[in-house]
Amino acid sequence: MLTLLRNQKVRGILFQLLTVIGLVAFLWYIGVNTLTNIEQRGIQTGFGFLNGTAGFGIDQSPIAYTEENTHGRVFIVGLLNTLIIAMAGIVFATLLGLLIGVLRLSKNWLISTLARGYIDFFRNIPLLLQILFWYNVVLRAMPSPKQSINFFDMFFVNNRGLYFPLPDYNTTFFAMVASLGIALIGIVALNMWANKRKEESGEDFAVVPYAFGLLVLLPIVAYFLSGANLHFSIPELKGFNFKGGKTLSPEFLALTFALTIYTATFIAEAVRSGIEAVSHGQKEAAVSLGLSPYQSLKFVVMPQAIRIAIPPIINQYLNLIKNSSLATAVGYPEIVTVFAGTSLNQVGQAVEIISMTMLVYLTISLLVSAFLNWFNHKMKIKER
Amino acid sequence: MAIYEKINERKAPSGTKGVMHWVRDNLLSTPLNVALTALGIAILFWIIPPFIKWAYVDANFIGETREDCSSGGACWVFIRMKLDMFMYGFYPSIERWRVNTVYVLFFALIAAFKYLKSSVLKIIFAHIYFIAGFILVHGGYLGLELVPTDKWGGLMLTILVAAVGIVCAFPLGVILALGRQSHLPIIKSISVTYIEFIRGVPLITILFMSSIILPLFFPEGMTFDKLLRALIGIAMFEAAYIAENIRGGLQSIPKGQYEAGDAIGLSYWQKMFLVILPQALKVAIPNLVGVSIALFQDTTLVLIIGLFDLLAMVRLSAADSYWLGYETEGYVFVTFIFWAFCYSMSSFSQRLEKRFNTNLR
Repeated sequence: MLTLLRNQKVRGILFQLLTVIGLVAFLWYIGVNTLTNIEQRGIQTGFGFLNGTAGFGIDQSPIAYTEENTHGRVFIVGLLNTLIIAMAGIVFATLLGLLIGVLRLSKNWLISTLARGYIDFFRNIPLLLQILFWYNVVLRAMPSPKQSINFFDMFFVNNRGLYFPLPDYNTTFFAMVASLGIALIGIVALNMWANKRKEESGEDFAVVPYAFGLLVLLPIVAYFLSGANLHFSIPELKGFNFKGGKTLSPEFLALTFALTIYTATFIAEAVRSGIEAVSHGQKEAAVSLGLSPYQSLKFVVMPQAIRIAIPPIINQYLNLIKNSSLATAVGYPEIVTVFAGTSLNQVGQAVEIISMTMLVYLTISLLVSAFLNWFNHKMKIKER
Repeated sequence: MAIYEKINERKAPSGTKGVMHWVRDNLLSTPLNVALTALGIAILFWIIPPFIKWAYVDANFIGETREDCSSGGACWVFIRMKLDMFMYGFYPSIERWRVNTVYVLFFALIAAFKYLKSSVLKIIFAHIYFIAGFILVHGGYLGLELVPTDKWGGLMLTILVAAVGIVCAFPLGVILALGRQSHLPIIKSISVTYIEFIRGVPLITILFMSSIILPLFFPEGMTFDKLLRALIGIAMFEAAYIAENIRGGLQSIPKGQYEAGDAIGLSYWQKMFLVILPQALKVAIPNLVGVSIALFQDTTLVLIIGLFDLLAMVRLSAADSYWLGYETEGYVFVTFIFWAFCYSMSSFSQRLEKRFNTNLR
């Protein structure tokens, strides 16, 4: 018996068995307690509440929503708003992050110091503080609608948000959107063809001017072919507020600013460390092969830098999506605010609602890490 | 015999040394660089002089009332009058020496750590510090008056949440990291599930869970303090991140170290605590400081579940009807405090990283 206990395998199995028993007992204990507590407090269980009427309004919704809609609809609205704020944050944070990261590596001392100062400043301030600062200090200090800051009579900024013109959805508009899509597909095809030709013949083909040409020409052609009938709905001051066009609420703006500025610092650092991680010998090798600085950047430095920089950048995207839940502090109606906030207060079914909210973020995280694993596998240097 | 004349030494060619050369090389080397430099200077001029004018030249420092802020600049009088609230929340003013004593004792602990060699003594001292700190701040023992946790607030609460969060999460993180590296399949899958679950959801949902659902988990009559619930949530959250960083350290330890531990007949726990972890933690320290910075920033989230940390105190004070309109000063003040804490921690971690890097060579 004692010799059996000294056997490593037996001990391993015993130890795991004990852990499982402990864990199951603990889960059983809290499960039973939760059920009795819920019963005592008269809270309902199950997901029937999703079909119940919500009874509260949501001021920003990408889909039709009224007070008579269900909590299930609230969940969808919240999820869509989360995705909207995440997309906006990711796009702007990437652009700003790339810019700051490149400036950080600039040979100009003043510029690289300023970029470093930006990074050191904003990454060391809590995101929630930045969101509240933009919302309570900057955007609230904007003038009232009557004294709006006016850009070309088209864009207006006041303490109720940012107003901008929106094209009417007619044939011309859709034709132009479609032509942009075709142009993008064309550019991808052109790029593939150019790469193939280069591998076969070694001849370079300048894709960039053609790409720009496609992007500009195709929409223009589409504009005239579809009847040249593009109308904009321009915001106008009517009474106490603006009518027409599109409004971005102060909550949305504060969140986008803060998420962009905060996340851009991390993206900039990822870009910088990616480029710096390419060993100096690689650049020297490129020079000694007679490549021009541009060629060395395009064919030697960037392919290696991207491999290193992309995984941390995608992780930052994930952080940004999770951080968008801080919207609840300013009341932007994303999933935590409306579903885990207002709906929870009305229904009281905390276990179901918080589990559903967590599941949303968990699904996004798992999808992103699955993508990241695939990417890392694809980008792995193929050694022979 | 040839005669060699000594040639007088010449000055370095102009334009390779000195301030002018540095400026030309670093700021004005190409037309693009000139433009960038001009842009940089413009940005500096746009930000710095107005800020100095607002925060210092036109600012009001002296006085005690709203009327003393008349010059149009920043009203630092507001900060001065509310400073006690920012630091201690609603902690009774006659009892505040107790919090200050805990701060002073912290430096005593650091000093003791520098001089003590034995790690057992260090651990004992640290435990004594935490128990003494709790008794001092919370009260209720040794004739100290009890100060309930809903009176705690301000910077004191921020530091407390961050410190207790890290200290409680660390052991759990070590265990999870070892679990994830373990060859026992069930232990490994439990650790992986926990870590990936926590890392996949935002802190705010975990705080909601610990503040709303946690009381349901335990029998009627067993109540948890609001602060304790938040601390449980934060420690659970942080443990997953600490575990991932320690795992990074564990993976950097060569296999030979594990085999050496086995070869001299150490048990699993001896091998881990005497051979592997001391090396792995050393590698992981810079990243762990990074985690601490993130946690320190994340403590601000407790305001969403109704605790009054530093940021919440500033929001509350700015909503004071007497001091209405001085929100900006409040936010600038908290920004400065958080920035100072986080920046000093991050430069500390960079220094550590450099030191460890040279050790490896």
